[in-house]
Order: sequence, then C-alpha cells, then structure tokens
Amino acid sequence: MTDTIPQLASHDEPALDQAFRTLATEVQAETAALTTPEAQENFRLHWLGRKQGRLKLISEAWLKSAPAEARKPLGIRFNQLKQQIEQALEAPASQKSAVVLGLDITLPGVIRSPGIPHPLLETMRQIVEVFHHLGYSTNLGPQVETDFYNFEALNFPPNHPARDTQDTLLIANQQSKPSRDRLLMRTHTSPVQIRTMVQQAPPIRIVIPGKVHRNDAADATHSPIFHQVEGLCVDTNITFSDLKGTLDHAMKALFGSSVKTRFFPSFFPFTEPSADVQISCIFCGGKGCRKCKHSGWIELLGCGMVDPAVFASVTEERRKTNPADDAYNPEKISGFAFGMGVERIAMIQHGISDIGHFYSGDMRFLEQFA
Amino acid sequence: MKILTQWLRHYLPTLAATDRQLADDLTLRGIAVEGVHDLGSGNGSLFEMDITTNRVDAMNHYGIAREAATIYNLALQPLLAKENVILSEAKNPGIFSEAPQKPTGEHRPFPVHIEAPTLCGRFTAQVLRNVTIAPSTGSIAEYFTLLEQKQISNAVDASNYTLLGMGHPTHAFDLDKLEGGIVIRLAHKGEKLKLLDGTERTLEADDLVVADEKKALALAGVMGGWDSMITAETKNILVEAAWFDPATVRRSSRRHLLHTDASHRFERGADFNAAPVANRLVSELILASGGHAEGPPVDVIIPEAAARTASRPAIQLSVRQVQRHLGTTLDPAGITRDIVAQYLTALGCSLTAQSGDIFSVTLPSWRLDLEREIDLIEEVARVYGYNGFANTLPMPGIVINHPTAAKQAAVRTRLLALGFSESISSTFTSQQDADLFSTQDKGTIALENPLSEEVGLLRPSLVPGMVTMLGHNLNRDVREVRLFEQGQVFTGSAAQVVETEQLALGLTTAETHSTPPHSAEDRPFFEIKGTLESILSLFDAGQLTFSAKAPAWLQSGRAATAQLDGQPIAHFGELASAEAARRKLRQPVYLAQLDLEKLFTFPLRNVTARELSRFQAVGRDFSFTFPDSVQWLSIARALEALNIAELQSIKPIEVWRDPKKFPGVYSLLVRTVFQSHERTLRDEELADWSRRIIEALTTLGGTLRS
Repeated sequence: MTDTIPQLASHDEPALDQAFRTLATEVQAETAALTTPEAQENFRLHWLGRKQGRLKLISEAWLKSAPAEARKPLGIRFNQLKQQIEQALEAPASQKSAVVLGLDITLPGVIRSPGIPHPLLETMRQIVEVFHHLGYSTNLGPQVETDFYNFEALNFPPNHPARDTQDTLLIANQQSKPSRDRLLMRTHTSPVQIRTMVQQAPPIRIVIPGKVHRNDAADATHSPIFHQVEGLCVDTNITFSDLKGTLDHAMKALFGSSVKTRFFPSFFPFTEPSADVQISCIFCGGKGCRKCKHSGWIELLGCGMVDPAVFASVTEERRKTNPADDAYNPEKISGFAFGMGVERIAMIQHGISDIGHFYSGDMRFLEQFA
Repeated sequence: MKILTQWLRHYLPTLAATDRQLADDLTLRGIAVEGVHDLGSGNGSLFEMDITTNRVDAMNHYGIAREAATIYNLALQPLLAKENVILSEAKNPGIFSEAPQKPTGEHRPFPVHIEAPTLCGRFTAQVLRNVTIAPSTGSIAEYFTLLEQKQISNAVDASNYTLLGMGHPTHAFDLDKLEGGIVIRLAHKGEKLKLLDGTERTLEADDLVVADEKKALALAGVMGGWDSMITAETKNILVEAAWFDPATVRRSSRRHLLHTDASHRFERGADFNAAPVANRLVSELILASGGHAEGPPVDVIIPEAAARTASRPAIQLSVRQVQRHLGTTLDPAGITRDIVAQYLTALGCSLTAQSGDIFSVTLPSWRLDLEREIDLIEEVARVYGYNGFANTLPMPGIVINHPTAAKQAAVRTRLLALGFSESISSTFTSQQDADLFSTQDKGTIALENPLSEEVGLLRPSLVPGMVTMLGHNLNRDVREVRLFEQGQVFTGSAAQVVETEQLALGLTTAETHSTPPHSAEDRPFFEIKGTLESILSLFDAGQLTFSAKAPAWLQSGRAATAQLDGQPIAHFGELASAEAARRKLRQPVYLAQLDLEKLFTFPLRNVTARELSRFQAVGRDFSFTFPDSVQWLSIARALEALNIAELQSIKPIEVWRDPKKFPGVYSLLVRTVFQSHERTLRDEELADWSRRIIEALTTLGGTLRS
C-alpha cells in the first residue's frame, strides 16, 4: 500500500483544521472495522509503521517543511491524531479481554442466608416502639392468669359470655379454689393493666405486648393462639380527646401520615366511654376496595376511658397492703386504655390470607420476609 | 336484627334524613348499621343492625327511632301512635278506649300468683274471649314479608310484632288448656315440659316456669309450652307480658341450649314498665280480628324488683365532670350544660337542675345499662359524636423497658445473624410429647376444656413444637431449616403454675459438604453447639463445660448438655432415632433447649477491648495420630497447661478417621498460633515451643506423623 500525502494548501489554522479533520475521519472509519487481531495489526502498520506508516509520512511531508511559526499548531494537531490512533488500538484489546477472562456477572449473587425475623413479632415490635416514642414503658404479665385479673377486676360481670368455657381455656383440677383464684389462659393482655396499677401509683404509661389464648376454632382468620398489644395511660387530667390524639398519632406512625382515623362507640366492660377505631383503608386511601369491603375503612382496635369500676378494684387490692391508699381515686385521676390484635395488623400489612402461617414455622412463608 | 326504615319513620314523621344518612349517623353513635338494602319504591330500606349486648333497648324499631330522635333533636311519637293506625284499619277497633275500660258484668280478676318474687318482678295477664284465629293482614303482613319474618297466625304474629316494634317479649296461652290460675314458680327437679319447638325438656330445680295450678306451661322468659299453644281451634286466650330476672333466664337458656328472641332480651334486662304496654298492644292486635277483653288486665308488681329497675334513685351528674373526662372538642363552644340536658332528656332521662353545675338525673326504665355518672358521660360523648372531639396528646412519661428486654434482644439478634429464623409454635401439647420431652419431672398443667383431646396440656418444653415445625417443613420438601423460638413453658400444678422462659433451636440440613474438622454428617451437631456457645458468650456467665449426658429425647452418643459452673443450662443434639422414626422424619433433625430464665440471671457481657499486637504472628501445625480415647478437650488442656504466654490459639484443623484400615485411632492436624505483644519471635523460641508441644502430645498418647 502506498499512500500519498496531500500537500498543505496553507499553514493558517483553518487550513490545518481542515487537513487534520479529514485524517481523523479516516481513522474513525477504520477503527470500526477492527474486529480481528489481523485487522488490528494492519491498522497499526498502516498508521504507525516505522517506515511507511502514514504518521511518519505526514511528519516528513508537513512538519519538516513547515515555517517556524506554524510548527507549534501543526505539532499539537499531529499529537492529537496520534493519540486517537493509539486509543483505537487499545480499546478493542480491552474489550476482547472482557469477553475472554471476565465473569458472567449475570449469574445470581451469593447471599449468606440470614435468620428471618418473624413478621408477626416484627409488627408487634413496631407497635411497641411507636408507644416507646410516645413515652410508654413496656410491661409483661403471665399467660396463665387468675379469674380476678383476667375478668373480675376488669369489671366483667360473673355471667359475662366471655367467661364461658366456650370462649376461655381453663386450667383443670382447681374445683377447690375460690372463683377469683381459678386459673385460665389469659384471653387478653388487659390483666397486665391491673397488675401494673396494683403495684404502681399514677402516672402510668405502659404498653403491653403478649400472647393470649381463646377457645376458638381455627380458620383462616381465627386462631386459638394470638397476640395483642395493650396500652394504658393514667394520670391527672387524661381525657377522651387525649385518647383520640394518641391513637391517631400511633396509627399515622404505623401506617403513614396520610392515614385518617375514625372513632365510634363500642362496648367493653373495662372502659367507659368505649370506642372502636377505624383507619382509612391503606390500600385504596379510602375510596373503597376489596380489602376494605368497599367501605374505605378498616377496623383496627378497641379503646376507651378506664371505667371507674376498674379503679375501684385496683384500690381494693392496694388497700390490702396500705389501707389508706387513694392513688386511684377516680375523682382525681383518669385514664385511657387501648388494645389491638397483632395478627390482624400484620395480615393487613403483608396481605397474608391465612393466620395459620404464623404458627407453622414454614420456611417457604418466612423466607419471603428475608 | 333487621329494621325497616318505613316502620321507624312512623314513629318519627318529621325525620328528614335519607336512609343512608340515617344509617351513617346511627353507626357513628354506636347503633351500628352493618348493611343497608333498598327495598324499592315506597318501601324504604332494610337495615341489618349489629347492636352491642348492653343496648337491649335498641333491639327494636321504637328504640332505634328514639336514638334517631336524639341525634336530630326531633319529637318522637308516643309508642302506640303507629299501632293505632294499624288498629283503625281493623274491623273491630278500639276495644280499649283512652279511659280505663269498665268491666262488663261481674268478673273476678284472673288469678296470678308469683311464688318466686326475686325471679319474676312483674306479671301482666289479659283474658281475651271469643277470638278469631286467622292469618295476619294489612301492615303486619306487609312488614313481616319485607323482614322475612315467618307469619303464623294473628295471635302469634301480634306477639312477634310487639317484640319487633317495642322489644318486649310476650306470650299467648290457649286459655282453655289451663287448669286454674297462673303460678310463677321454680320447677320441680325432674319435671317434664314439652316446649313449642316440640322437644320435651327435663327441668332442674332452678329453672323458672310459668305454670297453672297443675303443671308447668312455659319455661319463663325462654319459650312457651306445646300443650297450651295457640291453634286454629283456640277460642279464648290469656296474654302474658312479664319481667323476669336476667340471670335466671340466662341460666335456663344456657342449660337447655335455647337461645330465643325472648331470652336474648330478658337476659340482658328488659324494660320493667313495658310489660303492661306490650300486653295491651298484643291484646288489641288479636282483638282486631274479633272477640273481646274480659275485664281489665291483671298486673302483679313486686316492689323490690321495681325499685331495682323502673324506680331507681336519681343520680347526680356534674357538667364539669363531663368536660373533665371528655376533654377538648373541635367546636370551641365545647359541651355545654344545655347540650348535656338536651341529649339526656331525648334519651328518656328527666333532669332537675341542682346547685352549681349539678343535675339530678332520673333514669329511664328501659336503660338498665345506665347506673352511674360515667354512664351518662358516655351517653353525652356518644350522642355528641366521637369524631367531634379534638386530637390532643398527654404529657409523655419516662420510658423503662422490661428487665429482660435487652437480653432477649441480644439473643434474638445473635440467632438471626447466625441464620436461625424466628418462629412461634403451639402453646399446647399432647401427654405423649409432654412425657417424652420433659427434661425433669416438674409436673404438667392440664386444661379443663382443651381445644382437642390430643393437645390437652400446656407445653412443658418448646422442643415438641420445634420438632413439629421441622417435620412440617420436611413434609413439604423444604430440607434446609434453621428455626428458633423464644417462649413460655409451663410446669408445676394447678395449685402453683410455674411459667418460665425457654429457647429452642431446630436445625435440619441436606448439605453434604464437610467443613473440616467436622464431617458432613456431624456438622449440624457442631453448628448447634457453636450457636449455643455464641449465645452464651453474650453473657458474663460462669465456666462453660459440656457433658455427654443428655435427656432421652436426644440420641445417645450424639447429644450433650451444656453447663455453666457445673449447672445444666442447655441440652442439644440429634433427635432420638425412635422418635424421628415415629414422626417419619426423612432427614436427621438437631435440637437444643436452653433455659433462658437461668441465663437471664447473668448480666450481658461488657466488652473490654484488648490491645492488638504490632508484631507478626507465627503459625505452627502438628500432625499426630491419637487413640480414639483421647478427646480434643484433653489435647487443648495439655497445650494450655504448657503456660506459653505467646501461644495465642490452638485449633483442630483436620480430623481424619478410617476405622477399617486404622481401627481405634485417628489423625489430627493441630494449628497453633504464636504472637508476642513485646517483640518479634525468634526461631530458637519457636523451635523450643514446638518441641514442648510435641512432647506434651506424645505424653498424651499421640504419635507424631512424619
């Protein structure tokens, strides 16, 4: 191959630009074809060959004959062209090594299997944490409870349906005990309210997470074992609007600040006034969907102002050790309590359709929460 | 319960709200409307109600009309106003005039004797003669059709209409089947009574019955009797409307498994003053088809019962207390004295202003759930609307976590990091599992009414639940399982239940790679052991040692007990092969049971960091053959006993056995690492230490391999 190098028309800058642009275009065009090692070698010889390489020829034809004042602009442009040629030779080489020696980075990553926090207990911890931030301390109580703490002190009348064996699991072999001492599986975490107040004078702000049991047949949404988080706040001047504000804040902390709450009257033996709380549907935002049965609302918890009869039971117990005790005088203090089922909330959060998954230890279920 | 809005509107002719609006407004005030069904032109809607058990007064049309009147501040029609319209359609209207009727001819009042005055507080009876038994017509038939209420005859329908309309249960007897007057008495033990449902019941001595002088006629407040029921041939009727003791009705209803509309209301506390009104309404509705009343109604009242219900003493209500309990409203006007008076009056209370902000409040006979000031405060909040209150926050308190929270979290976090997933198993277990998995005989706790006979005990250990969960996974072809459960276990007796906290670990794996020095087969055992060691290392606990003694639920030779200062803290190893076979487990499972109660008596370890050496560490490996009787522990102890301060670590790198070729011995590669904190180690020192190590291992019975 013999190349003829055109003569430069002039040594002014536009003329130099024009000449080098033509050469750069040639280099670029040839670069695209450098797919094989042979083509690469030919390209190298064509431009960088020591004797007949075009750069050598250009150098001889243009640089040596150039007037002194044109040498510098010529030199700059010459070096740029040389760089372009050298880069063209490097680029395909490195690409080639990636194909031959590189990893198949599309293979799956290696993940060390971590242990998986139980989704139900995780929800329970989240709820507890919200109340820790609101100034509530954690308290716990036994799962085998006395009739007194589970029912009597909470103002359940002796014939209340909840006390029936159809609802409550009783411990066997205790016919000889007085009814208030009879043991049962606690049906709610509320007895810990009583235990706390008997031990401790107001102010009280406690949150009570725990396992509870009822004599319920298991189905997709019911289980004889389930979990609750209970709360109790007792102090001077605690009002119904404080209860509303506290739960409204807690629901926003749990489900997002756009969630709205709605309270309406309900009935629990140990609170008065009592309320059920609904939150605006977290799936449709309240427009109505299948998850909220097209109502726009999801029922989530029960609450109310502590019934004075509960304070009276507490006072009676406290007076057994201190006959002058008046810490829970309902004329001076008031309080509110609330409770929620953790299973239901976790099922809503994660779209779980069968409550039984929580107690199966099934890795296929748990691994989704890794 | 179902409600027709057109029936409601008869009691509230000025009600302007639409049915939907009414449903929402009632629901937000605790009278829950679960469903609204449009019944088509002119028929209004049907409400499906869910009334809480304390509001028996609202389980009828008139009671709900009263709630609506309170919400909208409207005038409520008197109870019989609507019924007068029905009666005016009838061919035999107005038997009872506004003025008490004079008896025609000579009549002795019908004899009624309440023998059990603490159980029956009021009994009204009305004799009707020459009645015509026929199907119902007009509004009653129309309403019953819309409500899908079964129509039986005008006499029975009159009783049902009264129940649906005003909520009071009544009963009509065929007067000609009665032998003598009415006696309300306790049943004789073993007394037989055939009820309206056709079943014959054997009564107990605390069942209350309505009887004549010879026999029981009805189970009081629950169900009427078969023999005295109204038939097509009935000519003369005795209409009963009474008030029975709630606990007595509940007891009989439970005992005989009879939950009726009547028992539902009586056991929640019926309206004491409704009895005569209900009796009159039923009587008039029956007489609308013909016949006449004989004499005025009989009304026997037990004064003590009246004092407990209709004539309870007034209670004091302070407006300031209302405000103290309820707090801030969205409307800055707040809950005023006028609002309190307006709501409570509409609900049927009568208020008398007393000094200061106090009202004396007389309670309506139909609201036995109202007893105290707080009950009235709740009524005010309810009618005001809960969502009319502001969201305020009380002052926060100081947060104290429960004493073991940090320890529980530390154990849990470590287990998660080591690849064990958190689980929850059943609280209940079988006698067989309790027997097998109880490590010591500390007693078991049985349930009186277990969920099923197979799971009649509270778990004395978490392990059976863990084995069940591992089996659940293996049965579903999930063969890589690591689980833990932190939970309560129950021992002791019914006299003294002991609830303690336990930890269970479960592991099963299909992994076939060995990880020296452990073989693939033994690796899971050592993973369980290492997991326990890692948990125990979180605590500033005593000296940890291991003993090969283990409970029977573990496979002998592949199990151990971990001890702290010689006291057992955990058992672990492979599940006993007999139990694994019984449960048809297709892969070996490894378990651990740790006493958290005991572990949590130790404090969490506070780490004191040691200085890191700036000098090079040097490793030396030793390859030995040992008799099988020499265990790793004695090797490690022998090297520790050399008291070489620079000996930083001793580890078994490889264990190799070939019982066929080399019975009774094994080869062991031990790696030692030396490092000084003061200087670089010299070759002569290392050579000397190596010589001493070889000597010590040889003394133990080892042979250096060349």
